Amino acid sequence: MTKIGLEIHCQLTNLQSKLFCSCKANYREFAPNENICPVCAGIPGSLPRLNQEAVKKATMIAMALNCSTPEKIAFFRKNYFYPDLPKNFQITQLNIYGDTSVGGTGTISIGDKKIRITRIQLEEDPGRIIYEGSSSKNQITLVDYNRAGTPLVEIVTEPDFETPREVRDFLNILSDLLKNLGVADPSLEGAMRADANVSVHGGNKVEIKNIGSFHDLEKASHFEITRQESLHDRDIPIAQETRHWDDRRKITVSSRSKEEDLDYRYFLEGDIPWVKINPEIRDELKLKMPESINSKKERYISKYKISAQVADVLSSDKFYSDLFEAAHTESNAKEVANIITTELMGLEDTREKRETSKLTAVHLKELADAIQTGTVSRNSSKNALHAILKTGKSVSAVISELDLGNVSDETELLKIVEKIIADEPQAVEQAKSNIQTINYLVGKVMQATKGKADPTLTLNLLKKQIGI
Amino acid sequence: MTNLKISALEFVEEAKNGNISVEDFIGKTLERIDSVEDKLHAFLSINDKALDQARELDKKIKSGEDVGSCFGMPISIKDNMCIKNSKTTCASKMLENFIAPYDATVISKLKKQDAIFIGKANMDEFAMGLTTEFSAYGPSKNPWNTEYVPGGSSGGSAVSVSSFECVASLGSDTGGSVRNPASFCSTVGYKPTYGLISRYGIISYANSIEQVGPLTRTVKDTAFMLNLIAGIDPNDNTTVNNNNEDYLANIDSGIEGKRIGIITDMMGDGIDPEVLTATKEAISKLEGLGAICEEISLEMVKYSVAAYYTITATEAGSNLARYDNLRYGYDFPVEGYEFNSYISKARRNFGPEVTRRMIIGGFVPSAGHAGKYFLKAMKVKTKLTKEINEAFKKFDLLIAPTVPVLPFKIGEKIDDPVSLFLIDINTVTANLTGKPAISIPFKIVNGLPIGIQLLANSMNDKLLLQAAHALEQTVTLPEVPI
Repeated sequence: MTKIGLEIHCQLTNLQSKLFCSCKANYREFAPNENICPVCAGIPGSLPRLNQEAVKKATMIAMALNCSTPEKIAFFRKNYFYPDLPKNFQITQLNIYGDTSVGGTGTISIGDKKIRITRIQLEEDPGRIIYEGSSSKNQITLVDYNRAGTPLVEIVTEPDFETPREVRDFLNILSDLLKNLGVADPSLEGAMRADANVSVHGGNKVEIKNIGSFHDLEKASHFEITRQESLHDRDIPIAQETRHWDDRRKITVSSRSKEEDLDYRYFLEGDIPWVKINPEIRDELKLKMPESINSKKERYISKYKISAQVADVLSSDKFYSDLFEAAHTESNAKEVANIITTELMGLEDTREKRETSKLTAVHLKELADAIQTGTVSRNSSKNALHAILKTGKSVSAVISELDLGNVSDETELLKIVEKIIADEPQAVEQAKSNIQTINYLVGKVMQATKGKADPTLTLNLLKKQIGI
Repeated sequence: MTNLKISALEFVEEAKNGNISVEDFIGKTLERIDSVEDKLHAFLSINDKALDQARELDKKIKSGEDVGSCFGMPISIKDNMCIKNSKTTCASKMLENFIAPYDATVISKLKKQDAIFIGKANMDEFAMGLTTEFSAYGPSKNPWNTEYVPGGSSGGSAVSVSSFECVASLGSDTGGSVRNPASFCSTVGYKPTYGLISRYGIISYANSIEQVGPLTRTVKDTAFMLNLIAGIDPNDNTTVNNNNEDYLANIDSGIEGKRIGIITDMMGDGIDPEVLTATKEAISKLEGLGAICEEISLEMVKYSVAAYYTITATEAGSNLARYDNLRYGYDFPVEGYEFNSYISKARRNFGPEVTRRMIIGGFVPSAGHAGKYFLKAMKVKTKLTKEINEAFKKFDLLIAPTVPVLPFKIGEKIDDPVSLFLIDINTVTANLTGKPAISIPFKIVNGLPIGIQLLANSMNDKLLLQAAHALEQTVTLPEVPI
């Protein structure tokens, strides 16, 4: 039996400033060591200045994951030497001296399965190390402290996963949840990282670190399970250890034992007084909390009769569900949902495409309305959407410029219908005996009109002309 | 004739009235420093722009421009406080070349009031010690007898104030580091309520208990300094709001009817008889002023020094971990070293006392030992705080000698760290409990000073200064013989 537990680190990328100073939380745009100050660079005499907004955001995450939230939280020092750690200690949280972490135990569902959360803690990200030079002899180590002090939330789970697939599903759900909460953009490079603890057959736990992406996490777990299974099969004991994921060789490698034996000498961070999270703050956060993905999904299904599958896809993506909320009306909701999930998500499948797209909620609303009133066929609406994304022109302008308007003029359509009937005698005979096959003829009319024919009118005309 | 011996308030008054030329006063101060530093070694560095700053201020004063309330008063600053673009060494070889890139909050507040920072004062390395003998740049000497230690760790501050090398000084007090040298050098030394003064820019030793404190010639001067530097600071989350309290106002209210507890546990075994006599004299003087004095025992005091060293070593081990010499420090190239071997080699530049405490600090909070040492020490801290809070239900103030012994000779105790540790017995309680405490110069015996300590409850700093002022008025002391 395989057990996997996770430690997920997620940067609160939507915050303005770092956890303990006013440097930017979004360090990605800076040249090395330009987003630093005495506090995040650990200059002697500097003191941490707690970002209260970070505490609120972290508490929101804890609430969204159904975790207990204590009335008072405290910060601790985790002491160890590392080149990327300006103070040679990290300010973090603990639950060993009582529940003082921002979040206690909680659960999150993946399908029918419940994954237990052990705790959620708020802490500072270290800097980044860049190794340059090929051989170890002339390798140089560069440190960029721009990231140091970025607010980080660590989510620790119980070893409740049984397959790497479950891990991946969970991370996708978590990632959507964090995005939906408006606390982080997990798609930013390095914004969401995870370590895995893997054990098989009730054996020793092995921690895997240095995993760059969710995709690699799945691979690393696979590798580790296979490695442990094969040791187990041959009765070789599995050592409790920390292993690193070697991205190049796609294997896990044992870390030096020195690192495992670290004694972090945790103790209370005296420079940050305990923070009270009183019921009023929790109530305020509850009010500010966006609707959960599940509740959104339920609402889409029950209120707008949107199919479960479409509702699922739509609700779990914050960007598109926001777009949906802005574009839909009582009457066109289903149409808007369909355009987004069947067309738009495919057209805007990268961040870059989303950012360069000129489509607005107004476009989407008008396009859905146009489909519903028969001004444009569903088929032609795809071409319209393409054009709007590129040009940002209004729906009516695009329809007329591209000549996408429905052929709903009866006399004009009748001419085409008559021609099709003349060209397809066999199909006409078939339709007479089996009404279902008339769809073939409707298709032919559509073909002839490049999809612009009003489908209802076409059907009626065909029936009338054939005499059924 | 410029009188360097005036108090801060007198300086301010004279400068305001145009009776003092700042340039002249600073010039004379620098001459005084020049003539006595060989014997005293109060300073690690002297501000070479002090005279220029003085001239600028004189111009401002003459032209009637607004001038800050310090009017160019020369102040010495313990060398663990950051002054932008100047060296801040903590009296350590580790920070030999460290130039602070910013001002500590207390520094920027005093800058705004046009104080002149005359120099950086000597101290025990990273404020660990009580004699300044652990300064990597050599000890300061007691101006009352230069064969004797001036106390510490803010020894340079106390020496510079008592020997007229400046008008006032800022020190820091982690376990008595302001009060102890104040007592040994016969100056006023103040440790405020924890959180009253910002620590931003003060290089941490044991951050959960230490405070900045002024060293001055009079209690009024301390109140004056406190008015300038106390109060909430957005850069230090542990500061408390004092509602802009005016500590000078009503300072002469007296202590009639105030109840004072005599801490018997600070006057027991090992106390010098002269110190005991002086303390009894102080008590009867306070009674003469209408105070009601009564003995009180604080049981936890006997464990306080052990708790103090356990907690401070733990915090020091963490606070000093950043000195890996990678981004600042001293000249020691990194080429050819692996990270861990580099830092362990670089960190050998710490002196013996810092090294000792860092080794203790690595041990007492470590897994497997924390329960026996660090957590136990934290329990003592909690219990002591409870005990003293109980005492303050009955008493307005507490009294004890600042240091149980007289100043001793340089070198006399340096090889006996435990006996040195024990000298802290009377001062660490205020730090462990966060209470304000003050040392008032009280007596000179055989040419050596004795200070008396008063303590008050948290945020009762004003009351404490009123009492200290009242006691101070009862004594006249001889002038320092240097």
